[in-house]
Amino acid sequence: MTDATHPIAARGSLLVLDPRTKARKAAETRFRLYGAAAIAISILALVVLLTSVLGNGLGAFRQTFVTLPITLTEKTLDKSGTRDPEVMKKVTTIGYSKLIDTALTEALAAKGLSTEGLSKKELSGLLSQEAAATLRNQVLADPTLVGQTVEVKLLANGRVDGFFKGRVTLESAARDSNISPAQLELAQKMREAGLIGLGFNMAFLTGADASELRPEAAGLGVAILGSAYMMLIVLVLSLPIGVATSIYLEEMAPKNRWTDLIEVNIANLAAVPSIVYGILALALFINFMGLPQSAPIVGGLVLTLMTLPTIIIATRAALKAVPPSIRDAALGVGASRNQAIFHHVLPLAMPGILTGTILGLARALGESAPLLLIGMVAFVKDFPSAPPEGLMQPATALPVQVYQWTQRSDPAFVERASGAIIVLMVFLLIMNAVAIILRRRFERRW
Amino acid sequence: MSLGLLTLIVLGLAAFGFLLGRGRALSSVKGDPRALHSLPAYYGWSVALATAVPALLVLAAWLFVQPALLQGQIAAQLPADAAGSTDLAMADLRRIASGLDRLEGSLPAADLAALTQDPAALRGQLASAGVALGAEIDPAVLKAATDYRAAATRGQGAMVLVVALIAAAGFAIALWRIRPDLRARNLVEQLTTLVLIGCSLIAVATTFGIVASLVFESVHFFRIYDFGKFFFSTTWNPKFGGGSDLGLWPLVWGTLYVSVIALVVSVPIGLMAAIYLSEYAGRKVRSFAKPAIEILAGIPTIVYGLFALITVGPFLRDWFAQPLGLGASSSSVMTAGLVMGIMLIPFVSSLSDDIINAVPQAMRDGSYGLGATQSETVKQVVLPAALPGIVGAVLLAASRAIGETMIVVMGAGAAAKMSLNPFEAMTTVTVKIVSQLTGDTEFASPETLVAFALGLTLFCFTLALNVLALVIVRKYREQYE
Repeated sequence: MTDATHPIAARGSLLVLDPRTKARKAAETRFRLYGAAAIAISILALVVLLTSVLGNGLGAFRQTFVTLPITLTEKTLDKSGTRDPEVMKKVTTIGYSKLIDTALTEALAAKGLSTEGLSKKELSGLLSQEAAATLRNQVLADPTLVGQTVEVKLLANGRVDGFFKGRVTLESAARDSNISPAQLELAQKMREAGLIGLGFNMAFLTGADASELRPEAAGLGVAILGSAYMMLIVLVLSLPIGVATSIYLEEMAPKNRWTDLIEVNIANLAAVPSIVYGILALALFINFMGLPQSAPIVGGLVLTLMTLPTIIIATRAALKAVPPSIRDAALGVGASRNQAIFHHVLPLAMPGILTGTILGLARALGESAPLLLIGMVAFVKDFPSAPPEGLMQPATALPVQVYQWTQRSDPAFVERASGAIIVLMVFLLIMNAVAIILRRRFERRW
Repeated sequence: MSLGLLTLIVLGLAAFGFLLGRGRALSSVKGDPRALHSLPAYYGWSVALATAVPALLVLAAWLFVQPALLQGQIAAQLPADAAGSTDLAMADLRRIASGLDRLEGSLPAADLAALTQDPAALRGQLASAGVALGAEIDPAVLKAATDYRAAATRGQGAMVLVVALIAAAGFAIALWRIRPDLRARNLVEQLTTLVLIGCSLIAVATTFGIVASLVFESVHFFRIYDFGKFFFSTTWNPKFGGGSDLGLWPLVWGTLYVSVIALVVSVPIGLMAAIYLSEYAGRKVRSFAKPAIEILAGIPTIVYGLFALITVGPFLRDWFAQPLGLGASSSSVMTAGLVMGIMLIPFVSSLSDDIINAVPQAMRDGSYGLGATQSETVKQVVLPAALPGIVGAVLLAASRAIGETMIVVMGAGAAAKMSLNPFEAMTTVTVKIVSQLTGDTEFASPETLVAFALGLTLFCFTLALNVLALVIVRKYREQYE
């Protein structure tokens, strides 16, 4: 019989695996390992990504400041003696920087630090070029300071800042035309004497962008404000339009070719690359309608168009989740179809809609490609004013500011860019957390 | 009058109309709502909607149409340049007009009027106001610019008047129609439905706008640049002086190379991660790994771009490219591809997860019953059953990779090359769209307009991939019931 010659019959002990079973078991283990490795790689990628950004960016929140007692002499700052800011505006930053230089020399002498071998220019080079402007603004804001000696915290040069953060070393300074090792050694001594120190850098969050030569003064204020304006526009436009579209498609529209077309359309729009929206904005809003470049209104409009599909998809899911019995009950007690939708279905679907909207906003906040095309990459130093005029004035956005900083040559801007990413991620984290809380607390399971 | 103010006035009138309409309806039945056809609020709504909706619609349409009309009118006045195009003069005109707007705030009206007669002096004034003009102002352009401003102001005035009139008319008519037997609820509901339909049309309008703007400007481009040279040339070398070579292929090559690397990274990892999570992982692993992968999906692309620029790029250069003698550039196809692969992992894994979970448990049980191991079940039963869905997911991921911008802008480089070395910097379609459109080049030149042709190519590519994915999923999906 064939049974007798079957390999199983020829097998030895049951306790020893035959080669085929061994191979199958090994394949099983390998497959499982591949899976575990895939998970491990993804998590490793996440960890490396986050640590690299955090590690580079945390430095941006701390900044090197020089604290000096500065005598604000009336003779240089306010010849007229009227203390009128309008008159005092005639004194440019050059006048102030002279005062700072004197104060620096005096402070160094008082601490007994020798400045031998350093020229006057190298001494003042320890401070940021922004320092004089800071002092000037401070004095113009409070003219009574003139004639007094005040302790002022001034920004140190970006290279000095980098030295204390480990970005700049004595060796690299030797090759750098902007800073010399002697300057850095003096800075080190000043730190020991308490003249220089690291402090929290509020200006990074509130200040405007600064030019290529002063990375130490660059801040995110304009970008945060611009992003906020755009999010405001996106919220105001995309929420009502998205909800209206969803209600029509989900609750009212007859199923025919026309509504099919709209649905396919929305599905496709969700998959259109974001850069194409940028081209649309450039051609339609800027060239055709003549709206100003780099204005939050254009950015807001294009992000609205991009966010709409996300919001529509989320809203439709939320509407679908409301059981038909709610509608039937409303219709049963005599409500019209619109009343059933607006009084009963919509409020019940609201948590889901809001969650979807917040997630859509979070996506829009991180989007940068279309904004590059509408001129948001421009260097903007002035804060836009309050809406509605501010919506038409040039501004920039958080992700675009990151891109802009990475395009600059000074390595100090890499730290700034990573710091800006941290700010962006904190905003995203907050938005996502709010969405999760909304979902947990209000979403109902039927 | 500013736009915001006009909108506020219309909305204010609508709110007032609501109160008035409601009051009128109630007073018409001496305060007894039972005698009304609808609830009193509906009468108010009918007035409010009749006031606001038509007026705001006209406002929006006006804002849209006026610039186009004006432009056509003014363009006729402008001197045509050598190429027979008025775009250059039009750009100058816009700049002058916006500069005059700025000057208007700081100069007395009489001075401004004098300036508009004197092109040379005006140029200096404009420069001091922050509007830099390339060449001397052509008197004809200046004349057109002043006309343009005058016409724009007239248009603005007419718009305010028309919108206000429409709002007032809607207000009056709706209020006048209020009677106890007016079917206000039906009226309001019809209007609401119309508004809802209008909103749903915005999606269609967006698609239409995208296609129209791409096609329109591409046609423009192909009028001044040879069609065949764009599609069949293998050199990309834009020059500012003209005579550029704008061949598509180096860009397509870079795009495909980066995308292939990204897919090679993301598809196996994403798929295996999905399989592991749905078939093997215990509760604990899943509750930790799934959100972690989802976080990866929520990170904006600019962050990936920065990651490529400051971490992955230098790392690959120092540890692979230079020791192997393959190049010394930190931005390379490999950098962009790897980082994009990481970005696509959650995309592939979440799509595959849905698809794998859709395979019915009975099929797995059948396979186990025949003695198959878990991995054999996955490989020989689950994956074949899920294959169409997985192919669809891969195509969607490919379409994402092709359209991705920030990672390649920051990671892939800008040199248009067709090389096989993955550690060399190459460029992609999206990178070139950004670089051609962000410079300060004139809008009418082929170097700028090529971006629209590139955009159209990109749009068609991704659309085709998406449609293909949809078709495959629909056609080959097994129906398990």
